[in-house]
Amino acid sequence: MKKFLIPLVLFFGLVVFLAVGLKLDPREIPSPLVNKPAPEFSLPTLAGDAKFSPKDMLGQVWMFNVWATWCVACREEHPVLVAFAQKNSVPIVGLSYKEIQPQDAAAKASDEVKLQVARERSVVWLKRHGNPYVTSVMDLDGRVGINYGVYGVPETYIIDKQGVIRYKRVGVVTPQLLADKILPLIEALNKS
Amino acid sequence: MTSVYSVKLWLLSAAVAMCATTASAQVVSPQAPKPILAPAPVREAAPLADDPKLEARLVDISQELRCLVCQNESLASSHAELADDLRREVRDLIRQGKTDQEVKDFLVARYGDFVLYRPEVKPLTWVLWFGPFLLLLVAAVLMGVYLRQRRQQVQPAPLSDADRARAQKILKA
Repeated sequence: MKKFLIPLVLFFGLVVFLAVGLKLDPREIPSPLVNKPAPEFSLPTLAGDAKFSPKDMLGQVWMFNVWATWCVACREEHPVLVAFAQKNSVPIVGLSYKEIQPQDAAAKASDEVKLQVARERSVVWLKRHGNPYVTSVMDLDGRVGINYGVYGVPETYIIDKQGVIRYKRVGVVTPQLLADKILPLIEALNKS
Repeated sequence: MTSVYSVKLWLLSAAVAMCATTASAQVVSPQAPKPILAPAPVREAAPLADDPKLEARLVDISQELRCLVCQNESLASSHAELADDLRREVRDLIRQGKTDQEVKDFLVARYGDFVLYRPEVKPLTWVLWFGPFLLLLVAAVLMGVYLRQRRQQVQPAPLSDADRARAQKILKA
């Protein structure tokens, strides 16, 4: 081999590394929760009639979507979820994450008032943008979010019949992602 | 393809915005610096920062932990809202009498090794821990090989009798 080619090869090696690095999203952190049982919780629902627990969904594959009315990206994602819900593929459960933000006027109110304000706001938002959720649960203090490793909204989980998390998406669910990854996964999970 | 980029752009701007807005919102947050003088006798609910021992341990632990929103900040220094929430969790765990390791395990179980500034040494992180030393070793070996080759290249050829005679003739002239 000719010696002058060595730096050239090294250079192209470096270029490949840098190119791959550019395509990586530093916010996409592999979740340790994938293939682990979905953390248990019991939270009031948006409708307010009963509490919801992941146990209620045992025996079916379901989607768990973290959202909030203050979340700008959720607005981009929402039509995708609404369209997906209309296909009746799997039930989507919403997690209304920290609807009352620290800078909100209601932030200093009592828990009951906060819950009420959060519900009112969420209902209005879902009326305007469409409601893809079979039910939505209210995680006001963000504790359930922490147990699910939430660090940005929206986030989406696919949970199987045994209540095990099989997939986690941080960021917006796109039609492409649904078609390429999520739907095939749901199909496979439904068969098993 | 474009949507993927717009999403990334959004995430980036959102992260920046969150870091910025929460930093400015800090003024009204309960984590505002404690007054040095004794507080007025009548106060509303005691702030969480009342137990100095607990706070010291919180700082100690959270300096070793990464904030997931502003990824280059530690949990101790980040003003992101999630960091506030996570500090609250860590405080609760300390109050429950958990050890530092148990607190870290709590966060690792939820957010992965990524939250640790000093990841554990295990097969998955071997490259991270030992990679640089391996590279150093490879570089040292390559340099050794190169130096040896060069020494051989520049080794002077032994002088033959004829050459010596010629040299002396030139010197005398």
